[in-house]
This record gives sequence, structure tokens and C-alpha cells, in this order.
Amino acid sequence: MIRVVLPFHLRTLARVESEVQLQVGSPATIGSVLDAIEAHYPALRGTIRDHNTLRRRPFVRFFACKEDLSFEPLETNLPDEVVSGAEPFLIVGAMAGG
Amino acid sequence: MSKIRLLVGTKKGAFILTADGKRRNWEVSGPHFAGWEMYHLKGSPVEPNRIYASQTSGWFGQIIQRSDDGGKTWETPGGEPTTTPDGMPKGESNKFVYEGEVGTHKWYDGTQHPWEFKRIWHLEPSLIDPNTVYAGAEDAAIFKTTDGGKTWKELPGLRNAKGHLWQPGAGGMAVHTIILDPKNTNRIFVAISAAGVFRSDDGGKTWRPMNRGLKSQSELPDPDAEVGHCVHRIAMHPLRPGVLFMQKHWDVMRTDNAGESWQEVSGNLPSDFGFPIDVHAHEPETIYVVPIKSDSEHFPPDGKLRVYRSRTGGNEWEALTKGLPQKDCYVNVLRDAMAVDSLEPCGVYFGTTGGQVYGSANGGDAWHPIVRDLPAVLSVEVQTLP
Repeated sequence: MIRVVLPFHLRTLARVESEVQLQVGSPATIGSVLDAIEAHYPALRGTIRDHNTLRRRPFVRFFACKEDLSFEPLETNLPDEVVSGAEPFLIVGAMAGG
Repeated sequence: MSKIRLLVGTKKGAFILTADGKRRNWEVSGPHFAGWEMYHLKGSPVEPNRIYASQTSGWFGQIIQRSDDGGKTWETPGGEPTTTPDGMPKGESNKFVYEGEVGTHKWYDGTQHPWEFKRIWHLEPSLIDPNTVYAGAEDAAIFKTTDGGKTWKELPGLRNAKGHLWQPGAGGMAVHTIILDPKNTNRIFVAISAAGVFRSDDGGKTWRPMNRGLKSQSELPDPDAEVGHCVHRIAMHPLRPGVLFMQKHWDVMRTDNAGESWQEVSGNLPSDFGFPIDVHAHEPETIYVVPIKSDSEHFPPDGKLRVYRSRTGGNEWEALTKGLPQKDCYVNVLRDAMAVDSLEPCGVYFGTTGGQVYGSANGGDAWHPIVRDLPAVLSVEVQTLP
């Protein structure tokens, strides 16, 4: 099971607490995790990536194992620690000042 | 006894304010969707406990919420997990996609720029079907759902009405007003900043610009420009759908022929710049505006928050000040932030960018703050319940 940590506003929208756990086929990629999130929580469609282009929304970032995966292609394999469940896949809303 | 329910959208959540028909003591519920920009909430005239809400975020985009119990609980229509017969996940929740070729509109520098969906500014539930709603979008377009908000489809004929010439103002380019004609189910009016008023007489398939008589000398040197006018708001009395009133960027206007031509009725207003305009529930010639000093200074003239009322359909205006701050007040009232109830006497309500919601239970003669310290108010709608 892959552990995914959602930002506060998406947790409330999906009505989940803390992190969610998702079954993802092998090989687990950034794209397959996002597919699984949207399949389980359709209310999140369009909130992480664009409905049509599937491009990441500009103020949403992906992190895992202290690495920024935001600019990696969707086909990128997730680190072994994320696949094993030892580390979570983090979806983060960008900071905004003011 | 009748009950009043105010639906207030703010920069940081939605609030629902309720009172009995006396309109003295109010209960506040919220924030709903705390932290999100709530551009607009509106109830179905057919089923008042069915409320639709536009929830938006610069981070996470557009969400549509729906309540079937008067705002106590909410759901995202289409947000439940489903699968197609071939096992693929399905869910159309919150999906707003322009029809066909996206096309372009005029950009700030005069070049052409592709349409890009940003958010829903306004939701207008059908007058006859609780599952049908029209949604006004930025970049300017109108969408329609007939399944209670699960799926949305653009009515692309609107953008065919010289859409390539529309240009955003500083606040963006959005369909911010949608008015459904209660006597003619095929007739719809929309207003767009900065494009103008458009009318459909065939249920939204085709549209015509309805801007004859509007003058926008500073922004549009062409006195006969068909589109490009920065209309801030239009309002109609349901018993007289051929008469509409308009608060434009500058100028207060009226039409007596369903938009075929407009005449200025700014009269003795201290400033004819402003955002909202509304019509008394029982007096079709009584209208309300909130003059703002200028397009460069978005606050009331002289630091005095004054609603102006005309009982003659414009031109002759009186200041309504009782209960409103008359010094050091520098808030704004946005275009969707004024509404009237249908009790007798008529109640009038408006919200400010300073987070106050003011109400009058006597047609504007006297006002009182219902709440003072909400986030900046984006929209106010009122429901008069049995």
C-alpha cells in the first residue's frame, strides 16, 4: 500500500483524515498514484492536476524521500521506500506570503 | 412565520445567516468551506433547501458544492467513486471544459489570447427545475448542468457573439450576472466584464450583444462599439422582465425594451461608478445602488457608506444613511453582494469588503449590521422561506 499525504484543503474535500493508503499496480509511478487518488476520491479531480491536460496545477507540489518530484514526468517510478510504504508520497500546496 | 436565509460568500468561506420574519435577531452558521474563496451561493427557487455553491482556490481550482438541506450538509456532485462497465474510474465532478476549439479573445496588449478556465463567479439555478443550473465562468463563458451539478456543458454560442473582441478588465473577464426571464423560458441575459450585456432568445444556443446606448469613451473611443463595455451588474424585477437596470463601470443605465437600447439614469448620484444594483421586491421602479468614488479609488465618496435609492426608476436619487457609517468608511461593495427579500416591507441586504453584512427591514430607510467581522464579502443572496 502506498501512503499519500494530502494538503489540508484536499483532506477536507475528500473527507479523509491525515494520510490515505492506496493500492497501486506495479510499477508504481507518480501518474499511477494520481490516477488512484482520483479514482477513489473523484471530488479531487481537477484539484491536483488539470482535468484535460493532466498537467500539475502550478501551486501544487509532489515530494517523496526529501526529493522534489514536482517536475518529473508522470511515468517516473516512485522510490522503493514509497512503494514499500516506509515513506509517504507528499502532495503539498505551495506556500503563499502575505 | 416567514424565515429569511442569507447566503454569504466570502474570501475565506461561506456563512449562512438566518432570522425570522421580523429580521431582528440573526443566527450565524459557518464558516463553511473554511479557507476557500466562496464566490457565490444560490438556492433553487423550486426547492429552496437545494443550494449550489462555487468554491474556488488559487491552489486547487474550482469545486461545486451542493446542499439538499438548506446548507447544513454539503456534497460535491459527482464526487462519489464510480466505475465504468470496463472497470475504469469515472467522475466528472467539477469539470468545466470549453466546447470545441478553445479559440482566443483579446488580451491586455491587444493580441489574441486563448480562453483559460479559472473559476465560476455566479450560479443561477433554473426557475423551474432544481437540477438545472447555469454557471458564469472566468474566462467568460456560460455552462449548464441538468443533473444537479454532476456534469457541466458549455453553451458555446455565447462566445460566438464576437468573443474574439472581448478583453479582460483588471478584475478578469467573467460572466458575473445571469438573469433568467420568468415569463419567457427561452430568454437569458448575461453580463460580462469587460464585454457587455448579451441576450439569448433560444435557451442559450445563440446570443446577441445588447449594448446600444452604452457609452464608454475612455475605454472605447468607438461610440458605436457593439462589445467591450465594462458592465458591472444588471438587475430585473421578475414582474417586468423587459426592464433592466445596469450599474456600469461608470454610469447607471436602464432599458425598457429588454436590452435593445439603454438610457443613462445616473441623475444626481454623487458618483455613477459602483458595482451592485438591485430592484425592490414589490416596487419595480425602486432601485438601489452603492456609489463608489472612482475606478481608481474603490471606496465610498467622503468616507460615507451610503446606499442610494431611486423610486422613479433612476435619475432622482436619495441617500440612505441611517445606521450606516458616515465617517472613515473605506470599504467596497462588490457586484454580487446585494440582495432583496420578498417580505413586506421589502428587506435589503449587502456585504462589504470589510466583512460587514448590513440589512434593512424597511426598504432601506434604516440599516443595521447583521455581522461585522467576516472575511471580505464576495456575494450575498437571500431566500425568503415560508
